[in-house]
Order: sequence, then structure tokens, then C-alpha cells
Amino acid sequence: MATHKIRVRVNGTEHEAEVESRLLLVHLIRDQLRLTGTHIGCDTTHCGACTVLLIGPDGTQEPVKSCTMLAVQADGRELKTVEGLEQDGKLHPIQEGFWQEHGLQCGFCTPGMLMTSYALLARNPHPNEDEIRRAISGNLCRCTGYVNIVKAVQYAAARL
Amino acid sequence: MIPAAFDYHRADTLADALALLERCGDGAKLLAGGQSLLPLLKLRLGMVTDLVDISGISGLEYIKEEGGFLKIGAMTRESTVERSELIRSRYPILLDTAAVVADPLVRNRATLGGNLAHADPANDHPATMVALGATVVARAPGGERTIPIDQFFTDILSTALKPNEILTEIRIPTPPPKSGGAYLKLERKVGDFATAAVAAQVTLRQSGEVERARIALTDAGSVALEAIQAEQFLQGKKPDGATIAEAARLAAQAASPTADRRGSVEYKREMARVLTVRALRKAVERAGGRS
Repeated sequence: MATHKIRVRVNGTEHEAEVESRLLLVHLIRDQLRLTGTHIGCDTTHCGACTVLLIGPDGTQEPVKSCTMLAVQADGRELKTVEGLEQDGKLHPIQEGFWQEHGLQCGFCTPGMLMTSYALLARNPHPNEDEIRRAISGNLCRCTGYVNIVKAVQYAAARL
Repeated sequence: MIPAAFDYHRADTLADALALLERCGDGAKLLAGGQSLLPLLKLRLGMVTDLVDISGISGLEYIKEEGGFLKIGAMTRESTVERSELIRSRYPILLDTAAVVADPLVRNRATLGGNLAHADPANDHPATMVALGATVVARAPGGERTIPIDQFFTDILSTALKPNEILTEIRIPTPPPKSGGAYLKLERKVGDFATAAVAAQVTLRQSGEVERARIALTDAGSVALEAIQAEQFLQGKKPDGATIAEAARLAAQAASPTADRRGSVEYKREMARVLTVRALRKAVERAGGRS
């Protein structure tokens, strides 16, 4: 089976890779680019731990499940992963929010929660609680710590 | 989980995609948003030799009213449908439907055309499209044809599309004045398939009686099920409580759901009845009538 040479820009850095057709985007990110902040949770499109942002040509940032996209489909595209949130050693307000409001317990869902919340705030800087809950409804927290996750997003919204 | 090996091809134009389908033969499948197909391949419930990716073809993402139809490009994302002002203001039944497909992340990739072409009777758009009397446009190398939605779904995961055809557009006849529709779904959690779900579309006469009603049920058979007896019962009647209750009873009677973790046959049928009542009430209300 043929492999494909692809170019992806992740967190502002250009990468080239040679991938099999069936390689999933999450495996490219974790195993080849060694960006292991993006987690693999359920691997069945349910949990959202693998959420990354797909950046459109118009700059729109859409959270997608990287276990349900092929790496080759990202050819020529720009991505943002959890490693791209921190700038110059300073946490992004959404990361700070999860820290301050105890928005994580085991932390496994956190990268996905952060990316989805980040995208929500980019689209809607002042979401109400209902909008936050709807936005993160494709991300599962198995510690069921949703109350503090909502608070964390509100914390960031107040500072952005 | 890793899918079995296949070759990937990116089509830049529709002509490109048609040529690739022809060249790759029977084992090829189109990749639209991939939110049903990729999970299926990962679980190895299906195998392909080739995937032809049509997500890079420009010109297949649009929502517009034209020539008496609402026309939706097959590659229009669910999230685009959700955010469309035209859909919100004129076709709330489509907003009801798109907003309950899987979850927000999946909806950023999932397409309307894919939801129909995948032909899972548990998907949400099939019932809505049956209720709206939609038609789909299929393009083949030799030209295009239209397929009425009630002839499109042939069995579970099967459609009238030929292997060399691509679904390019969904056409919904612009409803006459005093029309309204609603889609209601009961799900255990966000992202789950429906325990039961009902699409209802009604057109009222000036005097308030039902001119035309269409009701379709999700996951109540091998294809989206049109509750024809219930529709006929409603015709010409004032949609009052007793009439709607009887129509819902008839609709539930037509349902043949299967028992699974979401519930028993009896439970699902009863939920279909309750949701039919609520969907009809909402449809009548949106049509500007009283129920």
C-alpha cells in the first residue's frame, strides 16, 4: 500500500512526514511528532480526549476528534494541540482557569477539554453556562468533574 | 484501533472523484466527513480497498433557496447547518435535527450528505428528509439524476446510489405557507443514537385543519419509517389533542424497533408515541396553528 508525503503545520511549526493511508491523525501527532499532550481515550469517537483544533484558511479554529480523521487528511493544513496553548512560558488563561478552579482530577480528559473550551471562547468570548455545557458535551470527564470544568471556562472568559 | 490497510486518494473536483471511483472499482468508498465511516473501519465492521476523499472538492458546501427548493450541498457540515440563519429562521426542523447529531466535535466534520448516504436508520437526517419530502441529486460520469428520498433508502446501510454515483445535493421543496416541522429525539446521553426520535412536518389550511402531514420515525425499521396511516388519519382534521393522540398511537403501531441497551421494543414504541405527540404539537405551533 502506498504511503503519502504530507506537510502539516502544528502549533506554528512545519512538519513533514511519510504516512500510510490508514494512519490516524492522533497517531501522527503522538507517535511521529511526539506531541503526547493529545490523549487517546476511547478510540471510538465518543470521549474527545484526542481533540485538536483544525485551523481553516480563514483562521477559524474547529475542535475535531483526531482519532476520527486520517493523518493524510491533514496534509497542507494547520493544527493546534494542547502544547500550543502556552505562550513564552506563560499559561493561557484557559489553562490557568483549569488550575485555579480545580478543573481536573485525573487529568486525562483535560487536553481535549482545554482545546474545546479554547475554541469556544474564540468563537464566543462570553458564553453562559448553558453554552459552555453544550460546547463541551462531546468531551467526557470520567471523574465527572464538570462543575469545576465549567468554572474553569468561566474563569478564562473573565480574563480574555 | 487501526483500520485494515487501504489506499487513500484525494479528489480535487467532482470529475476527479468520479474517475477515481471508476478506476478503484467495487472496493472503493467515498470519504466525506468520515465520522461514521472511519469508526466503522477502525472497528473492522467494514473493509475498503480505497477511500476517495471528497472533502477537498470546493462547491459542495452551500445552503440556498432557489427555484422553489432549499438546496443543500452534500458536503455541508452539520455545524454549518446549525449556524445557518436561513435554517434557523425558515427550517427549524433541520436545526432540531442537526443539533442532535452525535456531539459538537463530530458535527464539525460530519456532513449532511454523509448522514444520508451512510443510510443508517438510526441516523437523524433520514427521518427528517422523509418528513420534508426531500429529493437527492446523484451525479454519475454520464450525468445526474434525482432520487426521491422515499426511494433512496433501500435497506440498512444501503441506498439506491450506484457504485459510480456521488450524492451531490439535497433538495427540499419550499413548504407552502402555514407549514411547520419539528424533530424530537430521546437519547441516553449526548452523542448516542436515538432511543426513539420522530420528525413531523405539517401544512395547515386557512381554516386550521391539516392539509398535509408527514411523520417519519428514526430507528424504527430497516429504513427511516414513514407513518403513512397516521398521516392519512390527520388529513382534513383539526389537529386537537385527541386527533394528535390518535395519530401518535397509529405512528407507534407502525414502528418496529429492535430491543437493545437503549430499551425494549415496548419501551421504544411507547417513546415513539410520546415523541410523535410532542413533535406534532410543535409542528402545528410552528405552522401558526393551535393544537
